[in-house]
Amino acid sequence: MSDHDAARNAEAREAVLGRIRVALADRPASPPVPRDYERALPATVSITDLFAQRVGDYRAEVQRSSAVGLPATLAAVLARRRVRRLATPTDVPPSWLAAADVERVTDDPPLTFEQLDGVDGVITGCAVAIAETGTVILDAGPAQGRRAISLLPDVHICVVMANQVVGTVTEALERLDPTRPQTWISGPSATSDIELHRVEGVHGPRILDVVLVKD
Amino acid sequence: MTSSAGTGPPPTPRRDRAERTFDGTPPFPEAARRALADDQLRANLGRATTTIRTKRAAAVGERADWEALRLAGAAIKDEVLHDLPAQLERFEQAVTTAGGIVHWARDATEANAIVAAIVRDHGATEVVKVKSMATQEIELNEALRLEGIDVWETDLAELIVQLGHDLPSHILVPAIHRNRTEIRDIFIDEMGRVGRPAPTGLGSDPAELAEAARLHLREKFLRARVAISGANFGVADTGSVVVLESEGNGRMCLTLPEVLITVMGVEKLVPTWQDLEVFLQLLPRSSTAERMNPYTSIWTGVTPGDGPQTFHLILLDNGRTDVLSDPTGRQALRCIRCSACLNVCPVYERTGGQAYGSAYPGPIGAILTPQLRGIAKHPVDAQTASLPYASSLCGACFDACPVRIDIPEVLVHLRGQIVRHSEATHRVPTTEAAGMRVAAWTLRTPRRLGLAERVAGLAGRVVGRRGRIGRMRGPWPVSAWFAARNLTTPARESFRAWWRRTHGGRVGGGNP
Repeated sequence: MSDHDAARNAEAREAVLGRIRVALADRPASPPVPRDYERALPATVSITDLFAQRVGDYRAEVQRSSAVGLPATLAAVLARRRVRRLATPTDVPPSWLAAADVERVTDDPPLTFEQLDGVDGVITGCAVAIAETGTVILDAGPAQGRRAISLLPDVHICVVMANQVVGTVTEALERLDPTRPQTWISGPSATSDIELHRVEGVHGPRILDVVLVKD
Repeated sequence: MTSSAGTGPPPTPRRDRAERTFDGTPPFPEAARRALADDQLRANLGRATTTIRTKRAAAVGERADWEALRLAGAAIKDEVLHDLPAQLERFEQAVTTAGGIVHWARDATEANAIVAAIVRDHGATEVVKVKSMATQEIELNEALRLEGIDVWETDLAELIVQLGHDLPSHILVPAIHRNRTEIRDIFIDEMGRVGRPAPTGLGSDPAELAEAARLHLREKFLRARVAISGANFGVADTGSVVVLESEGNGRMCLTLPEVLITVMGVEKLVPTWQDLEVFLQLLPRSSTAERMNPYTSIWTGVTPGDGPQTFHLILLDNGRTDVLSDPTGRQALRCIRCSACLNVCPVYERTGGQAYGSAYPGPIGAILTPQLRGIAKHPVDAQTASLPYASSLCGACFDACPVRIDIPEVLVHLRGQIVRHSEATHRVPTTEAAGMRVAAWTLRTPRRLGLAERVAGLAGRVVGRRGRIGRMRGPWPVSAWFAARNLTTPARESFRAWWRRTHGGRVGGGNP
């Protein structure tokens, strides 16, 4: 900001805050926030089963796998989606792709947007997943990479470990670090802008495959 | 592309036609009459609102604790509004600490100038834009066009509106008034003028149209250096900014460009990170009727190596402090722009959104727009003053509102302000004031009321057709009153007259 801009900004800041103080001259009270909503699912609900079902409701595919079976499961998913060139964050474990017949394109050095636009798919892990809403959350943590990598390729395969799945939005927020950039993903990209008719697949990945790993 | 940072006239933008604005919209009764005459519009709207109402009822019905979420949402928003200076200062501090640059804007002109200066400073002549109500409100696109900066709307419905040289008509689905055939024609005619043309042989299937938008916008996403967004929420204690969307155009804009400019109303804060638990449940179910919208992006300042490396946040007043100054009206600032109130409103369903003459249509627009335009302080223009009357006060909007804004209460309150302003400024009373005075005189004694009832019964037989009195030529103020009101023809005999004649129905005679 130039000196001129900084002076204008300081003036505008004081003006707006001053107007707000005047507007609140009646000193309205703020009673305690009633928080009688549900914060967790009933103990009888299987969180992983509900997660799989709710992701499926968005027309995303859910595959279940054991930890040892993960390479074979991923190989099958990649083959079915005809993914030949696969972008990966640098720290995706090599074992995940041990059985896959793909060319791995690692984001190191960082791929250009054109390169990311040119691959067939991307594979990532996640930070947290939410059963009730069928959501996976990426926060640039382990096996997730930067935000652009899970955005430009048309197929996104997301590996979710059972211990990453929580029941509710409340529980997810408790686990997340607000300072990290986050992308919450609930199904493939979609629009209802034409006659409120839902269409899967606009700008984000048109296909979302979730692989749920549980022993 | 050349930079427009130097001196001299701004370069001519490729979008050579002025963006349409709501300037010149007639008062609501006139605008509504025109909209009601459009059969296509009514068919498109009726289909769309019926669909979304059914879906929303299912999404909300799934949560047995919905009312508890609403109560919490309303209380959290009130907590922010009642403590706004401190909340804003915390937010500003947190954004700055995380590497963002915070600007303050008193009004639309100031906000637009800040955005234009940032774009020019980065040597850019085009921006990609995420759908945002705040930037609609300040008419940012037209301001940037006049500065020689091309603005590309990237939300599908906003793209349809922009390519069609049209105005938005819904908060969530701005092109809700267009059907698939109209959209196909707009794409075929207009896409080639501003970028990649529509595919040859484009049909009107929604999936095909979405694919055409994907292809058209992808080159713009990949080359854009500056993006502009709004914000659904800002978190005061962490400086995080939250944008909810469906298509991935938001992620493109928030992730790929080097520079991100976010325009955010000062009321958009929640106090703490954990408070998002309430709004990330209320908003998707109320808005798109989903358990969760496809994509939510949350960022805090700048993250090295990931996303925009320069982040400007503009905190916008533009009348919000006027809204805040009214103890009854300030609840409108709780609004999270879900559009549930539009979808359940019998008036909106028939007139569509453009009749409201502002970026904020429907019931929320009817209370927000007049307040943003300063109705608490001074008389407003005729179009603005007509908005609080664009309602039958049925209350469906209040029931649907996820943050429990009592829209009917505020509508009635604003009507009172309008009448008081007009009494103060008109020596000759307005129609309504005159009507109310006549009513007060009439109702003062039973004799006067009885006389009025006999006159009404006779007059109704003279002027009423098919049981209704519609637009009526007649002496002022009768003509002015009926210009905006239809009335069923008064009964030939009043209840009181019938009671006297029949002794409460015991002697001869039902309804004549």
